[in-house]
Amino acid sequence: MSSALDITRHVNPPRAAFLDYPLGHTTGKPNEPALQHEILCEALAAFEALREPGSVKLLPYRWSEDDDWKRSALMGGDDRQPRYDTPQYQNEEDRSRAERCEICFT
Amino acid sequence: MSAPIEYITRIRENYARLGYKPYAWVDKRSEPPPWAPLAKPLTRCRLGLVASGGIYVSGQVAFHWRDDTTFREVPTDVPTAQLRATHFAYDLTDARRDPNVVFPIDTLRRLVAEGSVGSLAEVAYTFMGGIYSARRVAEELAPRLTEHLLAARVDAALLVPV
Repeated sequence: MSSALDITRHVNPPRAAFLDYPLGHTTGKPNEPALQHEILCEALAAFEALREPGSVKLLPYRWSEDDDWKRSALMGGDDRQPRYDTPQYQNEEDRSRAERCEICFT
Repeated sequence: MSAPIEYITRIRENYARLGYKPYAWVDKRSEPPPWAPLAKPLTRCRLGLVASGGIYVSGQVAFHWRDDTTFREVPTDVPTAQLRATHFAYDLTDARRDPNVVFPIDTLRRLVAEGSVGSLAEVAYTFMGGIYSARRVAEELAPRLTEHLLAARVDAALLVPV
């Protein structure tokens, strides 16, 4: 799967399916299982359909009617978080569970 | 439909504006891509899943954000409510609301139940893809993931980057 067609073309994987959605939505929109299902069916069909190495299937979905999100993506300077070198938990409960080693596989 | 974003151009301009050094993008356009034809129909394939959106299971050690080249093994029968997302470089709001946007586990389980995909490998592999060193990905992370996928005897692997 790909959300960044130019980067994928540079990496040149054997086959790919491109979904023109904002980063962080590689396989669909949240809580829209029917749409996610349709997208993944189309993407996986590329496994059988694409015969030319390096082909990219362009999936026919749009994030929104106006494509406004494309104007602002990555245009606001550096909006990344600092690159901490300690584990970054989604919540404190996860931290304490991991530190108590409740599952303990990695 | 408007043209896809040219991320490489946009990031190059952004870095220049911020005074950062240019990023050395992977560029394999002049090499033939590795190729293996699908050996059997997808309906009979055992599918592997590899995702770079920083997904972990509550109870596992989370990823750190500075070139973390480790990966987590996520059982493909994991309850979706136990999935978490951590990453320094994309907006996590929707991935935390519904991990299926970067880790399509419910979607794949449904496709298996419907018979469109043969089966899923028992374990999916996840990592935090904001690793600046492409060399470390190629030398440390990718070979280990490949080994695991081969050992799991998958017929095909679905890669879901962010």
